[in-house]
Amino acid sequence: MAKPDSALLTRKRETPLRWETLLVVVLILSLGLGRVLSPVFLTGANLSNVLADLTEIALMALPMTLIIVAAEIDLSVASVLGASSALMGVLWHMGLPMPVVIALVLLFGMIAGLFNGLVIVKLNLPSLAVTIGTLALFRGLSYVLLGDQAVADFPPGYTAFGMDTLFGTFIPLPFVIVIVCAVLFTVLLQATAFGRSLYAIGANSTAAAFSGIEVAKVRMRLFMLSGFMSALAGIVYTLRFTSARGDNGEGFELSVIAAVLFGGVSIFGGRGSMVGVLLSLLIIGVLKNALTLDDVSSETLTIVTGALLLASVLIPNLVARWRAMRDRKLIAAQSLTKPAAP
Amino acid sequence: MIRHSTHSHAASIEHAPLQRARSRPGGIVGTIAKSRETTLFVVLILLILGTSLARPQFLNLQNLRDVLLNVSIVSLLTAGMTVVILMRHIDLSIGSTVGISAYAVGSLYVAFPQMPVPVALVAGVAIGLVAGGINALLIAVGRVPSLVATLSTLYIFRGADYAWVHGGQINATSLPEAYSRLATGTVLGIPTLALIAAAVLLVLSFYLKHFRAGREHYAIGSNPEAARLAGVNVERRVMSGFLLSGAIAGFAGALWLARFGTVDASTAKGIELQVVAAAVVGSVAITGGVGTILGATLGALVLGVISIALVVLHVSPFWEQAIEGALIVAAIAADTLLARSVAKRMMRKRDHG
Repeated sequence: MAKPDSALLTRKRETPLRWETLLVVVLILSLGLGRVLSPVFLTGANLSNVLADLTEIALMALPMTLIIVAAEIDLSVASVLGASSALMGVLWHMGLPMPVVIALVLLFGMIAGLFNGLVIVKLNLPSLAVTIGTLALFRGLSYVLLGDQAVADFPPGYTAFGMDTLFGTFIPLPFVIVIVCAVLFTVLLQATAFGRSLYAIGANSTAAAFSGIEVAKVRMRLFMLSGFMSALAGIVYTLRFTSARGDNGEGFELSVIAAVLFGGVSIFGGRGSMVGVLLSLLIIGVLKNALTLDDVSSETLTIVTGALLLASVLIPNLVARWRAMRDRKLIAAQSLTKPAAP
Repeated sequence: MIRHSTHSHAASIEHAPLQRARSRPGGIVGTIAKSRETTLFVVLILLILGTSLARPQFLNLQNLRDVLLNVSIVSLLTAGMTVVILMRHIDLSIGSTVGISAYAVGSLYVAFPQMPVPVALVAGVAIGLVAGGINALLIAVGRVPSLVATLSTLYIFRGADYAWVHGGQINATSLPEAYSRLATGTVLGIPTLALIAAAVLLVLSFYLKHFRAGREHYAIGSNPEAARLAGVNVERRVMSGFLLSGAIAGFAGALWLARFGTVDASTAKGIELQVVAAAVVGSVAITGGVGTILGATLGALVLGVISIALVVLHVSPFWEQAIEGALIVAAIAADTLLARSVAKRMMRKRDHG
C-alpha cells in the first residue's frame, strides 16, 4: 500500500546533481574516445593544448553563468574581448608601460559592462536586444581603434606568460588564471548571499525584489563583472597569440553561451551550477581536441557544439516527460488500490 | 483605400466596420506602431536628403540600385524573422540556412546546367523548409527554447555545410545567364531582385494583417496563455512560423547565389545578428506581439542606406559597425520609452476621463 508513496519520494531524491553526474560520465567517455582516436591524445603537450584553447571561453563563461542564472544574457562579451584587445594594442603603441595598459584595459571592460547595465537596468530593456546592439557597437569600436592593423610587438616577458606552463607541468600559465577565477566564481555563486540572490532573481525577479533583494543593483554588478572578465579574456588572448587585432574573438559569444547551457544552466534562469559549467567546458575542449586529432576540420566540429547543446535540453525534457507519465500511472494505480483515502 | 472602396461598393460598407473592429483590440499598439513607422520613414528620408546635400553625387541611379540590391535579401530575411519574433521566439539559424541553400542550388546548377530558374528557386525554398521543419519540431514538439534550439541548429547546419563543401566553391561561371539576370536585370529600371523581394514582402504583410493565422502570430506574442485559452493552436502556429522563416531563408539563399555568383561554406555567416538588428531598428519588439513587415523593411532600409551613405561620405568603413551598434541601442531605447509614455497617457485618460 505504501509502495507508490515511497516511489514518489525517491523521485525527489534522485533529482539533485543528476545533470552534473551525467556530465562526469560524458567527460570520462570523451577522454576514452580521445585515447582511442589518437595515441598522442593523453600526452602532456596535448592536454596542455586542450586547456590553453579553453582559456578565453572559460573566462567569459564564468560571469555568463551568473548572468544566465539571473535570467539575463550578455551577447556582447566577445566584442568586449575584441575591443579590449584593440585598446591594448593602441595604448601600448602610445608608449604606456604594460601594467598601466593592463589596468586601463580592465577599467575599459568594466565601463563597457556598466554601459550595458545602465541601458538594461535604468531603461528596463531586455538584455537580449540591448546586447545585440552593443555586440555591434563594441566590435565597431575595436575597428575604429585599430582598423585592420595588428599590434604584435608586446614585450617578450608578457608574451612568454601566454605560452609558458606552470613549473614545467602540462598546465599552461594563462589557465592558472582560469583556475583561480573558477574557484572565486564557484564560491561567489554557490556560497554567498549575492550568488543565492541570483537564483532568486532568475526564478522570479518580482518576488526577489519584494523579499528585499536590490535587483537593479545586482543586475548592474553582473554586467560590470561580465565586462571586466571579457576584458581580462581579451588581454590573455592578445598575449597568447601575441597579436592585438580588431577581429579577435569574433563569434565567441555563441560558444560561451553554448558551454553554459550545456552545463545545465536553464536559459529561463534560476537553475544551474558552476560545477556543471566547468565540466561542460572540459567536455567541449576534450571532444574538440580529440576530433581535431582525428582530422575533422574545426568548422565541421561546430556540429558537436550544436548537438551537445541540443542534447542538454532535449534529454532532460524527455526524462521529465517520462517521469510525469510514470507518476501519473503511479497515482492512477494508487487511487485504484486505495479508493477512499483518509 | 478603405474609404474609397466604401464609396464605390455597397458590399464593402458592411466590411468596413468589421475591419475597424478588428483593428481596435490592438488600438494602443496600433497607434504606436503607426507612429513608429512614420518616424522611421522620416528618418530614412532625412538620411537620404542629408547625404545627398553633403554629396550630391549620392543620388545617382547606381547608388540607389546598390541600396535596393543590398537591402532586398536582408529585408526578406528580416520579414521572416519578424514573424518569429512576433511570437516571442527567435531564429538564429537563418544565416546557416542561407549558406547551405546557396551552395546547394549552386551545386544543382553544376550538375544540371539546363535547370530552369523557377526550379532553382523552388529548390532553395525546399531546402529552407527542411531546415525550418527541424527547428519547428525541436521547438514545438521537443519543447526546446527557440534561442537554444536555433543556436544549436546554427552550429549544426553550418558544420554540415563545411563537412559537405570541404573547401569547395561555386563560381558565377557555373551559373546560366538567365539566373544571374535575376540580380543584374531590371524591369522599368528597378532591379528584378528587388521586385521579387517586394512581392514576397507584400504577400507576407497581407498575410499578417488580414489572415486569421497571421493575427494569431500577434496573439501568441501578446500573451501565449490567453491565445491558447482563446482557441489558438499555439504549437501549430509556432511551427508554421519557423517553417515560414526557414522557407524564406532558403529562398534568400537561392537569391544570394544569383546576386553574388560566388558562394562557399562561409556564405552569409553571422547575418542573423544583422537581421535581428534590422528588425529591432524597424520597431519589432523583441518581447513579442508588436511589429509589422513595413517597419521591419524600413529598418533594413535605414541600415542599408547608412552603410552606403558612409561610403559616399568618405567615412572610414571601420566606423560602420560602431554606428550601426549605437543606432540599434538608440532605436530600442527610443521605442520602449515612446511605448511607455503612450501607455501612461492612455492609463491617465482612462482614470480621469
